[in-house]
Amino acid sequence: MLSQAAPDTNRVGADALQQRSYKIVRLKHPGRWLSGVAVVILLALLVKAFADGKIQWDVVGKFLTAEVILRGFANTLLISFFAMILGAGLGTLFAVMRLSQNPVTRFVAWLYVWIFRGTPVLLQLLIWFNIALVFPTITIPGLFEARTVDVVTPFVAALLGLGINEGAYMTEVVRGGISSVDHGQTEAAKTIGMSRFQTLWRIILPQTMRLIIPPMGNSAIGMLKFSSLATAISFTEMLNAAQQVYFVNGAVIELLLVCAVWYLLGTTVLNIVQFYIERYYGRGVAGVASRPPFRFSFGLSRTAPRPANEERS
Amino acid sequence: MTTVVKAINVHKSFNGQAVLNGVDLDVSDGEVLCILGPSGGGKSTLLRCLNHLETLDDGVVWIDGSIIGYELRAGGVLRELPPRKVRHQQREIGMVFQHFNLFPHMTALQNVIEGPVKVRKEPRAAATARGKELLAAVGLGDRGGAYPSQLSGGQKQRVAIARALAMNPKVMLFDEPTSALDPELVGEVLDVMRKLAASGTTMVVVTHEIAFARDVADRVAIMVDGTIREIGPPSDVLANPQDPRVRNFLARVLN
Repeated sequence: MLSQAAPDTNRVGADALQQRSYKIVRLKHPGRWLSGVAVVILLALLVKAFADGKIQWDVVGKFLTAEVILRGFANTLLISFFAMILGAGLGTLFAVMRLSQNPVTRFVAWLYVWIFRGTPVLLQLLIWFNIALVFPTITIPGLFEARTVDVVTPFVAALLGLGINEGAYMTEVVRGGISSVDHGQTEAAKTIGMSRFQTLWRIILPQTMRLIIPPMGNSAIGMLKFSSLATAISFTEMLNAAQQVYFVNGAVIELLLVCAVWYLLGTTVLNIVQFYIERYYGRGVAGVASRPPFRFSFGLSRTAPRPANEERS
Repeated sequence: MTTVVKAINVHKSFNGQAVLNGVDLDVSDGEVLCILGPSGGGKSTLLRCLNHLETLDDGVVWIDGSIIGYELRAGGVLRELPPRKVRHQQREIGMVFQHFNLFPHMTALQNVIEGPVKVRKEPRAAATARGKELLAAVGLGDRGGAYPSQLSGGQKQRVAIARALAMNPKVMLFDEPTSALDPELVGEVLDVMRKLAASGTTMVVVTHEIAFARDVADRVAIMVDGTIREIGPPSDVLANPQDPRVRNFLARVLN
């Protein structure tokens, strides 16, 4: 029956098309509506659960701008910033060493990456913090002498631990970036008489930046979060400050939520900064420099501007 | 006439594969020499040996009277020069690459003045003025602010020529400068090179453009299997080749 009807309706339909009288009916997506409603209901329940839960929201609000927390956050930003600078510097240095003609230099750079990428950063922090057990005094003959415990304060230990660890990751990132720059660039620089340092600094690294900024941005965001590990060596960054407070007043979740708010704010700002740095180093690359200014999409735009591949999480 | 480029007995091999088998070459001041020959004949390698982008296995190259990469000591000892001194020699030799090798993160003008400002330490203002002149001379006076990605292949190659000229080189080497270009863009680059030749620039050009060689070159050299088989005025070499391999090659490219 169907087999008889089908050619019939097809023929009638074809006539309608010939006479340009037709109507296009789009496919409906009732499933999307259903799943959307279901998710919104679940989300509402979750929000209600937290609103009714045993959280003193007024305490969260009060400590959000408490001086002890703000000072802790300032320390978090400070250690993250300097550790990131140290990491980027070491990463560039060791990346150049890994690509050196000298096998000894190459080996040393490999060793650095192997050790510091192969051990937990918390362990490294504890070793730096306790380094005085190995070297009770630090001496530069004729110039400087001090007890190690006075030099390696929690801040210095955190800076060394986080920065040197970061440097090991950055080495691989920068090395990949340098290797991807076409060899013709080096040759062109040679023919106009540039030195190897000039070639690296003026020609290679600026081209590398475009490639290493996205992973470096992820690293910076990671660093902001990983700096909380420094609480283990009693460096008073934000998490440490929050712990000190809740040991006294018992408002554990409230203070942890305060920290969460500040971390989220920090990582969001870093995202925006990364966007503009990427746009700057993308100059000369078709399409990148002309990107529109940053705007929050809240995950609503379906085409991601770039793959957000977190290196660690 | 003074000799600007002189090479004797140049040998070069890669991984045991001989690419240059004892090349001798003389280029006089203001002369245009075009090097032709089948692919793999060693043309580009010879050019890269002239400016020390490749080190020689054997032989000597003089540019403007000084031995490139080496220093002649008593008793005929050739002592390798440190990189700093080689760089001083290299900046006297302009090079134009097949794939342009412009610096993509710099505008056309920045590409041109990079050498003068950073290597020769010229004042930026003077270098910029001269850079604009050079860009105008290659027909790109209005494109100084464009990045390489915004330029066509022919425009990129002309910027690359201006960049090399900005160092006031003693000789300009061209390594297949039109081979990577779309056919309709070849002419604009050859026109610039014609003007350069007419202005008395010493040029060594590796090319496949037989017509250009015939019109512009003072002499052409045909390289086959790592040696120069024939060298002389284009009217002789192109019209009446003696060497059978050269005759074979020319028969293929001229028809």
